[in-house]
Amino acid sequence: MSAPIAIDVKGLGKAYDGVKAIDNLSLSIYQGEIFGLLGPNGAGKSTTLRILITTLKPTTGTATIFGRDVVQDADTVRRLIGYVPQERAIDRFLTGREHLLLLADLYHLKKDEALTRIDQLLKLVSLEEHADRVAKGYSGGMKRKLDIACGLLPNPKVLFLDEPTLGLDVQSRLNIWEYVRQLRDQGITIVMTTNYLDEADQLCDRLAIIDRGQIRAIGSPKDLKAGLGGDGIWLTLGDPTPQAVEKLTAALKTLPCVRAITPRDRGLDIRVDGPEKALPAILETAGTVECRLDGIEYHRPRLDDVFVAHTGRSMKDELPEPTP
Amino acid sequence: MQEQIQEVLALTNRWVKRLSREKFSMLFTLVQPMLFWLIFFGNLFQRAADVQVVQAPNYMSFLAAGVVVMTVLNNGLAGGVDLLFDKENGFLERLMATPIRRSSVILSRFLFVMAITGMQILVILGVAFLFGVRPETGILGIAVILLIGMAFGIGLTAISMAMAFSVKSHGDFFSVLGFLSLPMIFLSSALVPLVAMPGWMKTLALFNPMTWVIDAVRPLILSGWSQAIPQVAIAIGVLVVFDALCLYGGAKAFKRTVG
Repeated sequence: MSAPIAIDVKGLGKAYDGVKAIDNLSLSIYQGEIFGLLGPNGAGKSTTLRILITTLKPTTGTATIFGRDVVQDADTVRRLIGYVPQERAIDRFLTGREHLLLLADLYHLKKDEALTRIDQLLKLVSLEEHADRVAKGYSGGMKRKLDIACGLLPNPKVLFLDEPTLGLDVQSRLNIWEYVRQLRDQGITIVMTTNYLDEADQLCDRLAIIDRGQIRAIGSPKDLKAGLGGDGIWLTLGDPTPQAVEKLTAALKTLPCVRAITPRDRGLDIRVDGPEKALPAILETAGTVECRLDGIEYHRPRLDDVFVAHTGRSMKDELPEPTP
Repeated sequence: MQEQIQEVLALTNRWVKRLSREKFSMLFTLVQPMLFWLIFFGNLFQRAADVQVVQAPNYMSFLAAGVVVMTVLNNGLAGGVDLLFDKENGFLERLMATPIRRSSVILSRFLFVMAITGMQILVILGVAFLFGVRPETGILGIAVILLIGMAFGIGLTAISMAMAFSVKSHGDFFSVLGFLSLPMIFLSSALVPLVAMPGWMKTLALFNPMTWVIDAVRPLILSGWSQAIPQVAIAIGVLVVFDALCLYGGAKAFKRTVG
């Protein structure tokens, strides 16, 4: 990436009563990208996010946003960022417009400036019709839209989103993704936490996989997947005797398109560069060594695989989130 | 400075809006203390209370000062609860991520609770007036009652906010609240004068700042300036110490939570 660094995190650590929520975390986020913090609940993504939005002080290490330290220069940082918390953080007795008016005063906007900006934002998230209803009656999607409008009110250079599509229906999720991409295209740097692999895969330009307070992998979804050693072809043998497996493995190893072979239940996991040449070559080789195949499956690596490869467990094994 | 005024006004405005939209809660907040304590208690104990002991023309005029201060107590101790809900649902985090002075949230809450408390004191004195209780010290005395009440309320609200920032859940908060408020009332001169109390209760009541506040408000209603002034002076001394301790504790709890 040639873009300048927007957020620089060095050796960040946070402990609650001696228990480390995050430990020695370092990463750089570039201007104008969508950066995802991916991990199961309790992995440390919320802790990281809260340090970056200045509401939590780190125990060790530093973090800067456009060169401003989130602890020493918190007030300046707060003027650079917008924050979209999880949906619960809405005052159900206030209308959508009143949320924005309140924040406008907290960002010290002038009255007329605030009114114009609020109208623009309500239009952007298509919430004009409901702007003067109290939030109690809002749907999950509407609350999210209001949250995003709130996050954008200060015209931030960096927007932080905490689990932006948690609990939303498919249509609302796609809408939110679309907004987020539009914002990125306007040059806003976006940092989001998610525990949805498909969301990280489709939305994020780069992501960090966080587990048990540490970064396990960092990169674009494409690179992370490629890092697993290519696409997978799974063979199931009709007669998986050790001799047959060995014979087939030896034969396949001579193929130029094959990168790695590992045994799996009743067959082999073969890593290849691409399926077009590899599939016919593998079938032909199996025929030549007279090895009967019961099945063949082709897998593009998914982010799930990346996650498992780097953490040794699947996203579903969740830990409780530590709270201060 | 101008920025902080903008922040505090906007945040206070939010509390007012919330209250005005919780119609039921507003009704109970405003009506409950005077209805329950002043009218029911005042009339119920009218004949059971000895006017020689309470040193007042009737029990209700004795009780008025107690109800005023009890209202301050309840409002103050409950004053932090909205911040607790804000902490629990993440709204506080949203506020803290904006470039406001950390103190603005606290100030807005003080301002709001004090305004509500002031209004309630006036309503209680108004209802007492309808039942024939005429404050001896007049309008100026009422102003002094308001000031003393608010000075007590500041410390109580600080305790409440400190609790809101320290407790793990709102269940804990309400348990402590329930545990604190009734003993504070019974171990004070709200319902019965100190002289009529059993010795051990009297001793405990002397350590209750509420007793000193009530004993300053009561002569303002019943006796007149000459008896009130020394009591008011003592109450001010007690409140300076009380508020200083509460504000210190509150500030510590707040710092721990929001940094």
